[in-house]
Amino acid sequence: MSGAFTVTHGTRVSRIVALASFAALAALACAPLWAQASSLNLLTQIFAYVALATMWNLLAGFSGLVSVGQQAYVGVGGYALFALTIFGGLHPLVALVVAGVIGGLIAIPVAGLLFRLRGAYFAIGSWVVAEVFRLLASQITTLGGGSGTSLPARIVTSMADGRQAREFMIYWTGLALVVVVLGLTILLLRSRWGLALRSIHQNELAARSNGVEVTRIKLLVYVVAGFGTAMAGALIFLQKLRISPDAAFSVNDWTAFVIFMAVIGGIGRIEGPIMGAIIFFVLRQALSDLGSVYLMMLGLVAIVIMLRAPRGVAGWIADRFGFEPVPLERRLTRSKPSNESKPESAHV
Amino acid sequence: MDWLNSILQGVLVGGLYTMFAAGLSLIFGVMRLVNIAHGDLVVMAAYLALVVTQALGMSPLASLLVIAPLMAVIGYGLQRWLLNRTLGDDLLPPLLVTFGLSVIIQNGLLEVFSPDSRKLQAGAIETATIPLTPDLSIGVLPLVQFLVAVAMIGSLQALFYRTAWGRAFRATSDDQSTVQLVGVDNRHVFGLAMGLSLAVVSVAGVFLAVRANFDPSMGPARLIFGFEAVIIGGLGNLWGTLAGGVVLGVAQAIGAKIDPGWQLLAGHLAFLIVLAVRPEGFFPKVQA
Amino acid sequence: MRDLLSISRLDAFYGDFQALFDVSLRVGEGEVVAIVGSNGAGKSTLLKSIAGQIATRRDAITFDSEPIGGERANLLLKRGISLVPEGRRLFPSLSVEENLLIGAEHGRKGPWTLARVYDLFPVLAERRNQRSTSLSGGQQQMVAIGRALMSNPRLLLCDEISLGLAPIIVREIYARLPQITGDGMSLVIVEQDIVQALAASARVYCLQEGRITLEGDSQSVSRETLAAAYFGV
Repeated sequence: MSGAFTVTHGTRVSRIVALASFAALAALACAPLWAQASSLNLLTQIFAYVALATMWNLLAGFSGLVSVGQQAYVGVGGYALFALTIFGGLHPLVALVVAGVIGGLIAIPVAGLLFRLRGAYFAIGSWVVAEVFRLLASQITTLGGGSGTSLPARIVTSMADGRQAREFMIYWTGLALVVVVLGLTILLLRSRWGLALRSIHQNELAARSNGVEVTRIKLLVYVVAGFGTAMAGALIFLQKLRISPDAAFSVNDWTAFVIFMAVIGGIGRIEGPIMGAIIFFVLRQALSDLGSVYLMMLGLVAIVIMLRAPRGVAGWIADRFGFEPVPLERRLTRSKPSNESKPESAHV
Repeated sequence: MDWLNSILQGVLVGGLYTMFAAGLSLIFGVMRLVNIAHGDLVVMAAYLALVVTQALGMSPLASLLVIAPLMAVIGYGLQRWLLNRTLGDDLLPPLLVTFGLSVIIQNGLLEVFSPDSRKLQAGAIETATIPLTPDLSIGVLPLVQFLVAVAMIGSLQALFYRTAWGRAFRATSDDQSTVQLVGVDNRHVFGLAMGLSLAVVSVAGVFLAVRANFDPSMGPARLIFGFEAVIIGGLGNLWGTLAGGVVLGVAQAIGAKIDPGWQLLAGHLAFLIVLAVRPEGFFPKVQA
Repeated sequence: MRDLLSISRLDAFYGDFQALFDVSLRVGEGEVVAIVGSNGAGKSTLLKSIAGQIATRRDAITFDSEPIGGERANLLLKRGISLVPEGRRLFPSLSVEENLLIGAEHGRKGPWTLARVYDLFPVLAERRNQRSTSLSGGQQQMVAIGRALMSNPRLLLCDEISLGLAPIIVREIYARLPQITGDGMSLVIVEQDIVQALAASARVYCLQEGRITLEGDSQSVSRETLAAAYFGV
């Protein structure tokens, strides 16, 4: 029964999924060759939402930090992009990355305050912070105060030569953002911190007593989410070319919709927010004419899913078909299978 | 004198924030549930008051005789048939289900009543004032609102510490499994707590509707005010919640006095400062 | 003697873990029955099943000739089944007197009142307005028993009332049991302390690893048979 053990994450399914993802990525990267401008625009919006939902999922689904205030970072990212390009003269793409860093840095003192609130009160506290940011943004008179401002034409034209090149650039930036955010999340969750996160999620008290530095890991996650969310925010307003406090810090657009995506797709699974975002946009294309009735339907769907299938579409698929496209558990496999038994694997 | 006047108005508005907070505090105390739809329910009560006053020709305060029981029944039903299913060790289901409810209520009100703002007319009482000094006077309506808030907190306090219901609430809050051993159905107690919370909400809704214009999008901010009052005052302390409401009202009044744009910001900052300096609030619940 | 409680072929589970296997027992009207067994033998699980804290098959448990298995604990209390839970589980936000009063709130009418509980445990009358958490372990146990009695049960279930208490306190509490059963109340005592349990009961069951390994007369059962049933040797 002796033999070395190797720790792996992959399964046969996950390797097929990885290959398929690369194929899809290649196809999407080539989209400017085959897609119309309006489709690229829509795809970019979907990318931004996949990034937002993935970040929210990292917080709520994997780390127990249920936030209803992530619009704070969307707004910070958007405003940072505008400020850095208008006042700092940075190229929009550089500004987008710096905006992400600013989002991550702001998350540190915010966490210092919000982590004093437990559970559900953390959620509402995060909302208060977003409101504070919104009110502060409307005090920035150089960016239009409460009514907001547009990105000056010189900055827009400085981005790339011609309208089409600009659209392609924003599109590819969106695609790159999704890759970065998903990659960061998967890496984080597969690292030793990810292992610790799962143990915190299962039992915070036990994790603490086993020496897991709960607060530091949660801080790390919160900062990463601030970084990714702010970059998504910067992208969103780079695409819109116009920003205002109400649009930038909208709880409906940047948190309610994001939560619906995560809930419908499947909280606590990497592929959940991706599926959720796609379903959300399909529904939106079909039903958005209904206006507020559409939003009521979304609320109802979220409630029903939460009660009946709390693991969402992705969880349902995993349960039904044993389909685990992105396994996060570590598998312990005996490297040299002995002849009396097949390689045993254990979930750690 | 101008400042004194502002602060006095702030104290009285604090009564309204106390009303937002009391219902929130109540259900958190009994079942650790944070109801994200709380503010939207306040606004819904305001619209119910609008309908009842128009349909039955009642005065806004009298309409509470209809609305409070109605909201209590809605609350009981909501808890028994929906929210009880979400309670457990996991934080997400109750939060997300009440979040979904918030969206449904907000957009439902929008659908039925349009986004136009409305106001409830209370007649002469709205403009009546009591002069305190030649320069200082207080409105009768804000005063009534504040006194109602004080009476509300006093009654809730008495209910919690002097009645059999209160015993059941506190015991259920302590240990919802063991209360069943003394014959208490925890699901029923949760329903009663939510019913009571929404009865309180209906009072808040009527005062909200009489005081100023209201529209379907106002709910979330009312939730936040109530929440801030609860945290400033200290979790699980009813009189503390009153103090929290007053602190919030005064902070907003001072902010508005400096610059109208700073009214809300000043309230939020007061909350964040309390959170930074004294995260357990001014009057944390005393544990033996 | 007429059966007040009878259990037939009860299995009980915690998730996938089976804690009781095919347990059958009976408790007569006015009878005192002891259930002994080592740690983890399933004694508390058995009491929790009877009191409605663990889901069971409907017809596995019969009380007063009616099947009650799986009924909710709060409804069982109205039928007259009251459990003094392991670890006492008093309500810390309630005073001593409130802990007793809440016991009566949904219970049956009968001889047990606040005055009679104070009569049984006079020390509680002195501490009626204190928080239950400020009492000593023995006094807390008295409140837990008093709280259960306030509902005037027909069947009182006591889970490890000696746990963590000094021997002198345990003897004091056990000395009151005859006053409790005097009105014809049936009593089930679960204990690890065999001597105490045998002295207080008429009949005894021994549980081992979720199975009944012995049923006997408390006064005549031999130490050797009991030890064999207890330890499985």
